[in-house]
Amino acid sequence: MGFIKENEKHIFETEASWSDASEHLLCLDTGDWRTERPVVDQDRCNGCGFCVLYCPPQCMLADGEYFKADLAYCKGCGVCVKECPKQAIKMIPEGEFADDSAIG
Amino acid sequence: MTVQLDKQSKVITGNAAAAYAAMLCRPDVVAAYPITPQSEVVEQLARFHANGVLDCEYVPVEGENSAQNVVCGASMAGGRTFTATSSYGLVYMYDALFNTAGYRAPVVMVNVNREPPGIHAVCSGQQDMISTRDTGWVQLIAESCQEILDTVIQGFRLAEDHDIQLPVMINYDGYYLSYLAESVEIPAIEDVDKYLEVLKSQPQRPRLIPGQSIGCGSHGMGMGYVELRRRHMDAMERVKAKVDDIDASFAESFGRSYGGQVETYRAEDADIVLVTSGSVTGTARTVVDARREAGLKVGLVKLRLFRPFPVQQLSEALKGKKAIGVLDRSIGFGWNCGPIFMETKALASQIGIVPMLSFIDGLANMDITKEHIDTMIDAIYDASQGKDYQETTWLP
Repeated sequence: MGFIKENEKHIFETEASWSDASEHLLCLDTGDWRTERPVVDQDRCNGCGFCVLYCPPQCMLADGEYFKADLAYCKGCGVCVKECPKQAIKMIPEGEFADDSAIG
Repeated sequence: MTVQLDKQSKVITGNAAAAYAAMLCRPDVVAAYPITPQSEVVEQLARFHANGVLDCEYVPVEGENSAQNVVCGASMAGGRTFTATSSYGLVYMYDALFNTAGYRAPVVMVNVNREPPGIHAVCSGQQDMISTRDTGWVQLIAESCQEILDTVIQGFRLAEDHDIQLPVMINYDGYYLSYLAESVEIPAIEDVDKYLEVLKSQPQRPRLIPGQSIGCGSHGMGMGYVELRRRHMDAMERVKAKVDDIDASFAESFGRSYGGQVETYRAEDADIVLVTSGSVTGTARTVVDARREAGLKVGLVKLRLFRPFPVQQLSEALKGKKAIGVLDRSIGFGWNCGPIFMETKALASQIGIVPMLSFIDGLANMDITKEHIDTMIDAIYDASQGKDYQETTWLP
């Protein structure tokens, strides 16, 4: 359930804007709003998962025993940095990454 | 108290009629906050629930904003929902009214017309309803206790129709109807079941299901928003014919009908016409009869559907008249006239340029007397004879 995108037009299958979150909730590439990205220092991280719980758009993904931001959606708000009890996450300016791509 | 669910005739108030109608439609969720002059609706529904005749989730909310959000959410989960409010309560749920309409949640609500905040008046007036006209809700106005009961039942049939899927607000005058007790035919619950049965054969609406990641209300960026607004407006347009159909099928089932979108009274051969809405229509009918006796060809048009505005039906009723008066129980800031007058005037391209007069009366429980209606008819008649006229008149 959701919508079909035809050029600029969104054709909804229902009367209201019903959609399946698993397909469409993260449909906007909000990653390009970001000026800084969260980087997890795995030496400090104890895997508590606070960053996952607090991330507003829920885009902290599992990375083995640790976590990493889904850079297609992470807006760079920094809530994870603030909430991390081990100070294991740092915000690094986008300009410092070689790919120079906000989408990651 | 045992509540009888068979067909019966009972002397009840307008508020009780609304509560009876809601109960007969078997809502799954009721959430409402009491406010004068609507409180009796909430009390009566709570009593039905306590007695076990109303088998629903009854949510005693802490305010109207919560009430509207509860019924909106419950409606999105697939439930049949009912709420009731008035005045301050209606404006307190203003943001939620947009949500409910935007989600196309078919909530049915009665709004017992009362003056809104500012000049504190625990008094009747239609300003509350007028102030929410662009929230995307269907708005109907009832004239009598019987019409309240019947319109609430019709309201569920309309709101949940697969072609419509819109919330419906049924308005009636506070005090004049909320506390007026008159004889009301209460249909048997099985007959109401039968009347609403057609909804079950329609495709199911999408709904929220715990554990499933579906949602509604997001993705309104750019063209998505435009697409949904357009759909909403298209559904609003479909409401007009649907109101007529539903009223006709109601007549087949229960033997009563109200003309659908508008009701005309001695208007067909009339030279001049007065447009009214709500409880004052009864007084106006009496005056029209008296003036007809005296040889004046005057007619009456009662507006039953306010949103969407019954452009075609009203134009047909007003076409060819020599002068038209519109009675408003509210004011249109910025236009120096009544709001229903302003919208009726917008029909000029369909009905032609004839004198149109706005009458503002009945604000804050000021009685609209027979003498007032006579004054209006005199003014409309004079205008029809080519005399100079004043566009907006405040009575008394």
